[in-house]
Amino acid sequence: MATTVTSTEVIGGTVSGGRRSGNGNGFRQDGGGREGGPMHDPAARYRIGAWVLIASVVMLFTSLSSAYIVRSASANDWQPIAMPRVLWLSSALILISSITLEVSRRSLKQQLDSAYCRWILLTGLLGLGFLGSQVFAWRQLVRQGVYLAVSPHSSFFYLLTAAHGLHLLGGILALSYLVVRTRKRRDTFEGEARRAGAADAVSIYWHFMDVLWIYLFLLLFFWK
Amino acid sequence: MSEAHAGAHAHHAPTGFIRKYIFSLDHKVIGIQYILLALVAVLVGMVMSVLMRMNLSWPGTSWPILGTLFPGGAPGGHMGPEFYLSLVTMHGTIMVFFVLTTAPQGGFGNYFLPIQIGAEDMAFPVLNMMSFWVTFVGFVVILAAIFFSGSTATVGPIGGWTGYAPLSAIGKIAGPGQGLGMDLWIISIAIFCVGSLLGALNFITTLLNMRTKGMTLMRMPLTCWAWFTTAVLALLSFPVLLGGGILLLLDRMAGTSFFIPGGLYVSGVLSGNSPDFPLHTGGSPILWQHLFWFFGHPEVYIAILPGMGATSHILSTFARKPVFGYRAMVFAIFAIGLLGFFVWGHHMFISGMSPYSAIAFSVLTLSIGVPSAVKTFNWIGTLWGGRIRFTTPMLFAIGFASLFVAGGISGLILGQSSLDLAMHDTYIVPGHFHLVMGVASIFGMFAATYFWFPKMFGRMMSEKLGKFHFWITFVGVYAIFIPMHVMGIQGMPRRYSEFTEYRFLDSLRPLVIFVTIAAIITVIVQLVFYFNFVWSLFRGQKVTSDNPWEATTLEWVTSTPPPHDNFGGHLPTVYRGPYEFAVPGAPKDYMMQTEPHDAEVPAGLGEGTGNGHNGHQH
Repeated sequence: MATTVTSTEVIGGTVSGGRRSGNGNGFRQDGGGREGGPMHDPAARYRIGAWVLIASVVMLFTSLSSAYIVRSASANDWQPIAMPRVLWLSSALILISSITLEVSRRSLKQQLDSAYCRWILLTGLLGLGFLGSQVFAWRQLVRQGVYLAVSPHSSFFYLLTAAHGLHLLGGILALSYLVVRTRKRRDTFEGEARRAGAADAVSIYWHFMDVLWIYLFLLLFFWK
Repeated sequence: MSEAHAGAHAHHAPTGFIRKYIFSLDHKVIGIQYILLALVAVLVGMVMSVLMRMNLSWPGTSWPILGTLFPGGAPGGHMGPEFYLSLVTMHGTIMVFFVLTTAPQGGFGNYFLPIQIGAEDMAFPVLNMMSFWVTFVGFVVILAAIFFSGSTATVGPIGGWTGYAPLSAIGKIAGPGQGLGMDLWIISIAIFCVGSLLGALNFITTLLNMRTKGMTLMRMPLTCWAWFTTAVLALLSFPVLLGGGILLLLDRMAGTSFFIPGGLYVSGVLSGNSPDFPLHTGGSPILWQHLFWFFGHPEVYIAILPGMGATSHILSTFARKPVFGYRAMVFAIFAIGLLGFFVWGHHMFISGMSPYSAIAFSVLTLSIGVPSAVKTFNWIGTLWGGRIRFTTPMLFAIGFASLFVAGGISGLILGQSSLDLAMHDTYIVPGHFHLVMGVASIFGMFAATYFWFPKMFGRMMSEKLGKFHFWITFVGVYAIFIPMHVMGIQGMPRRYSEFTEYRFLDSLRPLVIFVTIAAIITVIVQLVFYFNFVWSLFRGQKVTSDNPWEATTLEWVTSTPPPHDNFGGHLPTVYRGPYEFAVPGAPKDYMMQTEPHDAEVPAGLGEGTGNGHNGHQH
């Protein structure tokens, strides 16, 4: 892997190599500066994309949350469902997955690609474990006769967990994309910068899924 | 996440027909796909509006062709009220979503935003392609709703483009047009939301990440600011509609009670007394209105902001003057977008909201008049003293400003809750919003089409046909929508299929017929536009220069039509603001953004000072 790139013409703009010396991963080097265009950094676009995506997911869950709050006060038919205990397990799994993802990113910075992939796979497995745990919670409720339309609270529980689960599934697909990308990587400066940018973006999204779940957990069972 | 290409120089277009024209990753092809989608959708929407007008003007008349096409909805050629209401619904839905949201943003935005900021493509080309095809699927589903509405009496669901709960939430027991068609309608809108979100994600990332060297934010053309703000609005408002749509679909299909209150008695059946109408309790129909309009109001700015951008751009180009108050224009766009998120309640004054909330919404609504006036006066300031070239795009841009003012003025009336209570369900509201967000946005897009057609296809559109199109359309739309204000003030209720039973409206009959005739003439003249578009594609006068309008921004730097990677592997460098016309000391009356400084400004002024040196305007 190139450690010092003198002057690399990349797609759309010149990245001057001087400021890009170092490990070549391009982490946190939004630099670019005036010479390469205002922010013309191909790796940065993944991070920007992740934040923009998060803004729209926030709005989706804001709309559902505001519906939750309005609906909880719109009539006196609100019967809270008992929290399935297994949700504590879900929460623990997704919190741990954020930690393993950070470990994987540290491996990426140290250019330990096989460790990076291993930790990502572990993160993905923890994500799948979270989803399994969520499905188990659903089955528990179903066994108790608590279905989607039983009460507004159960409706929101199924809806919010399903919506979050679908978004997390997208995160798992993104993790597997990172692994595929590492397997098929090209040792160019730009390819590496983009690979790191993609890893940044996925981790931003994944941590957001983590925070989102904690928020939903609190909203569903601790918010009065 | 998509990987475009890895670092080569010039990128060549794929050669296969499918990768080049169907599943293309090229933002220009995708932009044209969006424009074609809108051109098809707008035909459907226009035909529906003419059918509605015919029914309003000549109720009870038999139209044999309708009887043949829709034996259930128009038996013997007589349109029934359900038929009319489903026309209202589909006209609104198709026009708002598949015309006013696709053409300005997905169409022209996709094509010209990357070129104007000097990028070789969008940030995520694969997402861009998906965004179009998802939108296309949404359009297919909404067309399916016409033919599989679940009732032979309708051509689609009945619910207006707003799909108000609880009727829309109950299912087919609520009457004709509430069955399968409504399901398809909601699904189509949800699909459309996803497509728009993918597009918005791409627009924002592209603009933030891919501006070329020297293209600071304050050197961007106002079109880019408008598309960017529109994308932000779409990004933050479509998820809310998506959330609401999911809740609505669950109410219809899964028996939940988000929007359906308890004890509802519909079509002779009490909630819970029929398998078709299971027990519902405690839902809030008003909640749907809040979710819908939290999206719905930003949506009208999604429709019109790109038109504002194009208008500013074109007025400056053909007045041969810099845009008056560039920075004020940028802040006005942002202020309009921001305020647009806090005024949704003005669509709900008659929902029984607290008068205190109504006052708050009212004050915020009227305050949008301030940035709107900034824009309007700056447009006038741009025209003032200019050496105006009255080309067709210029005429449409001036028409946009005219319609925006004419339609916006009645917004100041409707924005006051005390007046709106009386007027909300009358024709003044369709008169208002058609002028300001419907026709004005379309004028913006006509201006954009005539303006950019030579760049997109290398041929000019016919100016003669264009001017004919402009003048008839301009007079026509005023003739259609100004009388609606009069009807509204006289108390003519909207959404009624006919008025034969209302004696107090008899005196308005000549006006109703006048509007219909104006509408038919205006619609026919649009065929001239279609003809001009297609004819010019093949027979239009070939452009002799890459910059036939003598404009300044980057799309006029590159060849015509632009190559696959927009600039042939060499991205331009930007040295100056976007509207440098009539620069003192310059050799010609316009300075391209790519022209270095030594021409007329002392060295050292310029680089990095944003648009500051654009201040020679006044």
